[in-house]
This record gives sequence, structure tokens and C-alpha cells, in this order.
Amino acid sequence: MSDGAPRQRRRSDYRLIGGAGEQARRLGLVGADWYKPAVPRSVMKELMRRQDAAAIRDTALWYALILGSGALAYLSLGTLWALPAFFLYGTLYAGPADSRWHETGHGTAFKTRWMNDLLYQVASFQVMRRPTVWRWSHARHHTDTLVTGRDLEVQAQLPIHPLDLIADFVGLKLAPREFAMMLLNAAGHLAEEEKTFIPEQEWGKAIAQARAWTAIYALTIGLCFYLSSWVPLLFIGLPSIYGAWLYNFFGLPQHACLPENVLDHRLNCRTVMMNRAFRFLYWNMNYHVEHHMFPLVPYHALPRLYEAVKDDCPPAYASSWAAYREIIPALARQWRDPGYYVKRELPAQRPAMASMGPGR
Amino acid sequence: MTGWLRVGPLAEIEDEDVRRFDHDGRSYAIYRVAGNVYATDGLCTHEQAHLCDGLVMDHVIECPMHNGRFDIRDGRALGAPACVNLKTYPARIENGIVFMLVE
Repeated sequence: MSDGAPRQRRRSDYRLIGGAGEQARRLGLVGADWYKPAVPRSVMKELMRRQDAAAIRDTALWYALILGSGALAYLSLGTLWALPAFFLYGTLYAGPADSRWHETGHGTAFKTRWMNDLLYQVASFQVMRRPTVWRWSHARHHTDTLVTGRDLEVQAQLPIHPLDLIADFVGLKLAPREFAMMLLNAAGHLAEEEKTFIPEQEWGKAIAQARAWTAIYALTIGLCFYLSSWVPLLFIGLPSIYGAWLYNFFGLPQHACLPENVLDHRLNCRTVMMNRAFRFLYWNMNYHVEHHMFPLVPYHALPRLYEAVKDDCPPAYASSWAAYREIIPALARQWRDPGYYVKRELPAQRPAMASMGPGR
Repeated sequence: MTGWLRVGPLAEIEDEDVRRFDHDGRSYAIYRVAGNVYATDGLCTHEQAHLCDGLVMDHVIECPMHNGRFDIRDGRALGAPACVNLKTYPARIENGIVFMLVE
């Protein structure tokens, strides 16, 4: 949907300092009430119930796959088979790490707290997101989803720069930027933007984690020099780049080309149906509308939550292919017309309670 | 206003659950865990979400918005993103009715 002439949108609008955040605040879009379907408390309690078994099973299987593919990659060294073997290893190392980082960050994957915390730290390293910084960034993403100048996790920022988006999709943006920021944090500094959303009492934790990461990377790079080989970095570090495509493939449809500055997750999130293998790799984050409405519901209960609220939501996309059939032409359109966005139709009898329109 | 306030029948709160109680322009959260009742401020100290929509596990309430966690017995924030403790209030059961003391 577009109202005609291209509207102005600058990348600088997305900055937390000097961006469009103050305008969003004046419009009542910051920390606002979002639309939520009515779900009986008894049903929500059942959906929110925690358990360890599913996440233990899935985590054991995931690391078994990483170890297995890592063994294949190691055995294939010196042959052309190393290319597909490392591609598989990196994909399994970094791809599912995104959803594990996400679910354990919410603290919902396991019932046992230390299991969430442990996997959060490890998965953060694998996907290369600084744990404390991204925990707070993600809290903001949930408070002000796709609110320009408030949400740091807007992947397809306007105006669309195709090469920039492709570079991000294949992992060439996040990990290098995070590596540089890790070094800054390890030197005892946080970026000024980060200080706006991370409470001061958490700064020390962010710095300590950055120093631990720096030590791990220094050891890995040192080992490369010692062995005169890139192989250690192919197993630790570089997979965060060359394996990133999978989580971007899953993650881009979450919000791409949907309107900014609306207060209804049915309008600015997509739920995409996926097969069992994809849902294992993505830990059901394809149920993204539902996750944003009720972040306390664990990944293993999201299919049931979807059933509970689906009559109140626009139809889910039948597959990733169906979602990308909409997204790719929409991105091309946004390249020329930054005012364009995909408008989702809400169920007729249940209009959004708090939607405020695109507001741009 | 200071004094013991009548919140409502205990039977209206399931065990290991929470309900909202509004009084004098303020919102409180009333919990029932293992036969005891507890009362805290009703809004999360992180970003003011209503805790009555959250999850009670043992003596911990988890905020529905960002999963900030608090011990409902003393209001302690148990980890990010909850960093500021929650205010607690004395609560008691009398003849099946829940009361809380507001200062």
C-alpha cells in the first residue's frame, strides 16, 4: 500500500540519538498499549507453562548436528568436500543459534533458569550478538516494535539499499560490526546509543562479557598463527558470518516491508507456516505475530497459541516461499518508493483497538 | 489512604496465580501461592506492564512484556530487564477473604 508520492525516510531516522524517536514519543507511539486478542486466563496459564524436556531434547540434537557436521568438515579438509561440509557446519552453528539466543533471552525455552542463561551465553556467541547489549535491545524491540528511532532491530530499513540488505542477509554486516563493538566494549566503553537503552548497572556486565569474548577470539586467532592455518577460525568465529544466511532467511519475513509506527502486531509482523525441520531449526519463531503479542509463551506452545488467536489475526502465510513472493517485489517497490508498505487485512469484526496508522 | 483493604474472595485467585486489584487510582497485584497470599505493586518496575498478565512460578512473578522477574515475598528484582525492586505490601486471609495493607 502507498499513498502516492514517495515519502521522505532517511537512515538517520532510525538512530536512537537524533533520529525519529522523539517524534514517535510525541505521537504516543513509545511504550504504548498494543492490540492484544482476548485469551482466557486459564488458557494463557496453560500456554505459558514451562518445561525443560523439549528444550533439552532440541538442544542435544542441535549440538549433535553441529558436532557431526564439524567432524565431517574436519575430515574433509584438503578436499573439495570441505566446501559443502563447512557450509553445513556453519549453517548449523549460526543458523539455529539465532532462535536459541532469542528464546533463552526471553527465559522461556527451559523451565530451569540456569539452562536458559547458559544457552543464552553460548548461542549469543555463536550468532555473535553481545549478550547484555542484545538482551536490552530486544526488550526495546518488544516495547516499540518497528517504531522508527526506537527499535534497533529493524532489518529492512528505509530507504532500501539493495546491496546493504544483501550484505546483511549473507552475514557480512552483523558479525563484523559486533566484532568491532566487542573490542570497544572490551576497552571499557559503550556506544552512546547503547547507553540510552542499557541501564548503567548493566554496563559492567557488558564490558566483562566483551572481554571474555575477546579472549576467546584472541586464543583462536593465536592458534591460527601457531598452526599457520585458517582452520581454527573456520570452526569458531567465521561460521557466525558464513552461516548467517539461514537465520536471515527465516528472520527477514518477520517484519520486512510491513508498516512502521503502528501499534498492532497483526500489521507489522508475519506468521509463516513452516515444515517440521524448519520449525526445529527456528524454534517456532515463524509464529511471530503470536510471539510478539504474548512473549511469555514458550516456543513449544506457539502452535497452540496460534490456534487460540488465529481467528483474530490476518491469515498466516502458507510457506516461506509465499512470504518471499510478497517480500521480494515489495522490497523492490520500496527501493523506488520508501512510502510503500504491505498492508495486512485484519479480520472484519475485530478491528485493531490501538492502531494509529503508519504515522510517517 | 492507609489501612487494611478488602481485596476479594480468596477463591477468585487460583493457586500459583495472580490477579489485579485497583484502588484509589493505583494498581496492585495479589498473588496466591501454596495457601499464602502476597501483594505487590501491580506494574513492572521496568516498563510498567501489568503483572496480572504474567506467570507465577513458585514465589516468582514474571512480567508478561519482557519477562522481568521478581520475588513476590520481598519484591526483589531477580535479573535483567528487571533491575528495580517491586514494592510489596502485607496481605492476609480472613474468613476466606483477602486483605492487603496499604500505607
